[in-house]
Amino acid sequence: MSDLLTTASLVAIVASGIRLSVPLLLAGLGETFGQRSGVLNLGVDGVMLLGAFGGYYTTLKTQNVWLGLLVGLGIGLVFGLLYGFISVTLRAEQGISGIGVYLFGLGVSDLLFQKLVGTPLPIPSFPELAIPGVSSLPVLGPMLFEHSIVVYVAFALVPVAVIVLNKTTFGLNIRAVGETPEAADSLGVSVGRVRYATTIIGGAMAGAAGAVLTIELSIFQQNLTNAQGFIAIALVYFGAWRPIGVMLGALLFGLLNALVLQMKTLGIIPPDASNLAAMAPAIITILALVIVANRFRAPTALTKPFVRGT
Amino acid sequence: MDRNTQKGNTMRNIRTFRYLLLIAVMALIGAACGDSGDDGGGDGGGDADGIRIAIVGPSASNDLAFTQSIVEGVNRLDGVSEAAITDGTFVVEDAATAIRNYADEGYDLVLAHGSQYGGSLQEIAPDFPDTQFAWGTAADTFGLANVSAYEAASDQGGYVMGVMAAGLTESGTIGVVGPIEVGDAKLYVDGFVNGAKATDPGVTVTVNYIDSFSDVALASEAAESLLSVGADVLTGTAQMTVGAIGVANENGVAWFGTQSNQSSVAPDIVVANQVYKWEVVLQDLVDAVAAGDLTSEVYEINFENGGLVIEYNDGYDLADDLVDAANAAIDGLKDGSITTGA
Amino acid sequence: MLAKTAIPIAAVIGALVVGLLAIAALGADPVRALEALVQGSLGSRDALIETVLKATPLLLVGAGITVAFRTSVINIGGEGQMVAGGLLSTSTALVVPDLPAWILLPLVLAMGLVGGAVWGGLAGYLKAFWGVNEILSTIMLNIVAVQLMNYLLRGPLIDPGEIERGTRIPQTKRLPEAADLPLLFGDDRLHSGPLIAVAAAIFAYILLWRTTFGLRLRAVGLSQESAKYAGVNVRWSITSALAISGALAGLAGAVLVFGAESHRMVTDGSTAGFTGNAGFNGIVAALFGGLHPLWTIPASFLFGALLVGGNSLQRAVQVPSALILALNGLVVLTVVSTDLVRRRLAAGTDDAHEAAELVSAQAEDTS
Repeated sequence: MSDLLTTASLVAIVASGIRLSVPLLLAGLGETFGQRSGVLNLGVDGVMLLGAFGGYYTTLKTQNVWLGLLVGLGIGLVFGLLYGFISVTLRAEQGISGIGVYLFGLGVSDLLFQKLVGTPLPIPSFPELAIPGVSSLPVLGPMLFEHSIVVYVAFALVPVAVIVLNKTTFGLNIRAVGETPEAADSLGVSVGRVRYATTIIGGAMAGAAGAVLTIELSIFQQNLTNAQGFIAIALVYFGAWRPIGVMLGALLFGLLNALVLQMKTLGIIPPDASNLAAMAPAIITILALVIVANRFRAPTALTKPFVRGT
Repeated sequence: MDRNTQKGNTMRNIRTFRYLLLIAVMALIGAACGDSGDDGGGDGGGDADGIRIAIVGPSASNDLAFTQSIVEGVNRLDGVSEAAITDGTFVVEDAATAIRNYADEGYDLVLAHGSQYGGSLQEIAPDFPDTQFAWGTAADTFGLANVSAYEAASDQGGYVMGVMAAGLTESGTIGVVGPIEVGDAKLYVDGFVNGAKATDPGVTVTVNYIDSFSDVALASEAAESLLSVGADVLTGTAQMTVGAIGVANENGVAWFGTQSNQSSVAPDIVVANQVYKWEVVLQDLVDAVAAGDLTSEVYEINFENGGLVIEYNDGYDLADDLVDAANAAIDGLKDGSITTGA
Repeated sequence: MLAKTAIPIAAVIGALVVGLLAIAALGADPVRALEALVQGSLGSRDALIETVLKATPLLLVGAGITVAFRTSVINIGGEGQMVAGGLLSTSTALVVPDLPAWILLPLVLAMGLVGGAVWGGLAGYLKAFWGVNEILSTIMLNIVAVQLMNYLLRGPLIDPGEIERGTRIPQTKRLPEAADLPLLFGDDRLHSGPLIAVAAAIFAYILLWRTTFGLRLRAVGLSQESAKYAGVNVRWSITSALAISGALAGLAGAVLVFGAESHRMVTDGSTAGFTGNAGFNGIVAALFGGLHPLWTIPASFLFGALLVGGNSLQRAVQVPSALILALNGLVVLTVVSTDLVRRRLAAGTDDAHEAAELVSAQAEDTS
């Protein structure tokens, strides 16, 4: 156990936890926008997979990671738009249509990968950026400030999301539409337009999350996300629809996974029991929510399509 | 629209489905009339062009790992007229269906390439007494006359890799990324650990089983975790290790591959690969099938019969004395003076 | 009206057309593909049996899904619940292998129900009493279930022969024959699982539409507030809806184990290796059946046929069966986009109707 508490080990756990949390954070932040406006997209994982494949394939062909990220984001944006059409214009049942998106993304990304690429060839990953000054700090430097650029960007998006949601007219409209769409509508806010905007943001972020995942790993594989999109949705509930809460949830989940991995590496968890340890992040996430759940409540209009005059 | 109309809709929908079903049943009858049915399995011998082989594999046939090894092996066989592949069959029950269908379609040799398929094969094979089956990696023929098993002495390759890794490490720590501690993966890892330990009892070999065959992100972080405890040589097995190879590549850490040649994935850091040459043992089976014989044997590919080979990466500058050490280990494993202990 | 009833069929046909175009774009022969799809799923007695067997877990999960969704509970934990049911029934068969078939078989099936009910009910309890959203808990419980499965199949439940031979394949030994699902005709693979699934669908139908309990569930599904006002115990309803939904998924897990070719529980280390994704595809079938348990029967058959046909399509023209998954997604999107528009149009009057029913039922109850 003492091995676990060495500086090197703690640095490794935190740095690894942060890396693991980034795709969850990106997808979760996007989904937060959607849910705050009253739209649940259960298809995040499918959009992530499509964005991941798009990002992978583009990077493979051009060797340009930023182009890859852009394509992933673009694919996500398109599917966000599509999901907006389905859930806002056609008012489809959200819990179910998202599963359609998921299955579609899972199938298409696998199909295209097998047909267009086949063998998992490596692609370049994002450049790392040691932040001048702070990265030379002992312990904290290597823990927090020697990551790839997208890691900083992802975390920088958290305050951006807080500000957009709480301090802008757009954010006010989002919250209004998610809580009392009738009132928002009567005040002249276009419920549909706001919800389209948030599903597009959610889709784009999910696509970007997938692209970040594949580029950070330098590889693509069938079902690369391994249900991370679903975990991201769960973390939106965990984070009580607040960007900071989502970030804390993503970090908790990432850090727990990293902790378990490090404990396996150090032999603290023997192979016989490793499956039991691998359950821990999921169980602790549930327990953590049990503790805080009753203090927060979901946006009132979540999953409820808006029909004027009802 | 009131509730009754809605119910009416439902009823009408069900009726539409009934029509569809009726059409399906009619199509079925038509098909049954037109089709003379199966011929009850292979005729026990190949025709002039060679025999027909079917492969059922759990992952993609170009996965750089387990399934690719059997596909490449079959492609190198003589006397085969057709090789059909169903890959990506990770659902065990779907694999069982595919195995049954291939037997039904008269393939002469059906390869169930996944140790998790054995239980199903045990039930299917007796229904097709004239069809030759083989499955792996496994060591059990269930006492059935038409079932052979094949396995890889992957602990041998692991052992040799371990010998080289122990010579290569400067930090004295070697890392292993494993999937779930089962089957072929466990065999390889155990052999690797013992090979490294036998070469230099002072080295630490740290094994991290991530408890998943599919979580690439976790495999990647497991590799990072191993690096954090000072590992400067890595290996790993199963299809999710592509994530770990990426980490090794980024950090310029030596990598040992297994099951297939992974040099193309990371040309700078892959030292050597243990490659399976299934054709070495399968050729016997194919020849027997062509001669009209059924075989119930356990085959093993190993260094001695040439079914296991170490393929070095030309792009990696490996010291001669380590190649010598590896060759010495291979010789020892061949003549039995060394055992892997796995 | 007619146009609307044709929508689900049109959705499937539309998706098929898209699929065939995709096949052509991928350089394979769409005519051969279609032939393989139909022939492989419906074209012979064996193919039809395969389809029915594939449809069985879809129907069981789907019937459960109708109960959950009608109570407005989103159960995406079918995968974990199937595993839980499979594990508990398997363990039971290993612990008391010598019981006669007439006790053992019902016992293991019941244990499948129990295992799934616990796994689903846990999520229901957490939602109802602790405010833990069921999407979060069912996803997390899926993760827990797969690790539990790997732990048990690698350790306590492993076939002793696997340790002896050193092969260590994560599977149980062959389970007692007394627990095999009886074959219907004896000369092929058709076991009694499909009958169990149809019975479960009928059960779900009766439960939802012919009992006061079911009425309460649906009342909760329509509006928790008015249900509470009418005296329905909302928390208990939510817990039991997820427990019932989980129980049927757990039964699907048991049917998969005791109806499997190998007559044992075996994994490749993933949930889908055992469930074949039925936990998700069952949702698709239930949706396609308009969240009506009886209509889910033909819907499951259709999706079973698509999945089986997809595998044979892969064999025939070497197009990955992932295509079928994508088409399933497309079907869901089309159906949900159109069918639900129709439902929404009716929603206003529907709600009023249901509420009236509920109030009168409550009155009967108290009188």
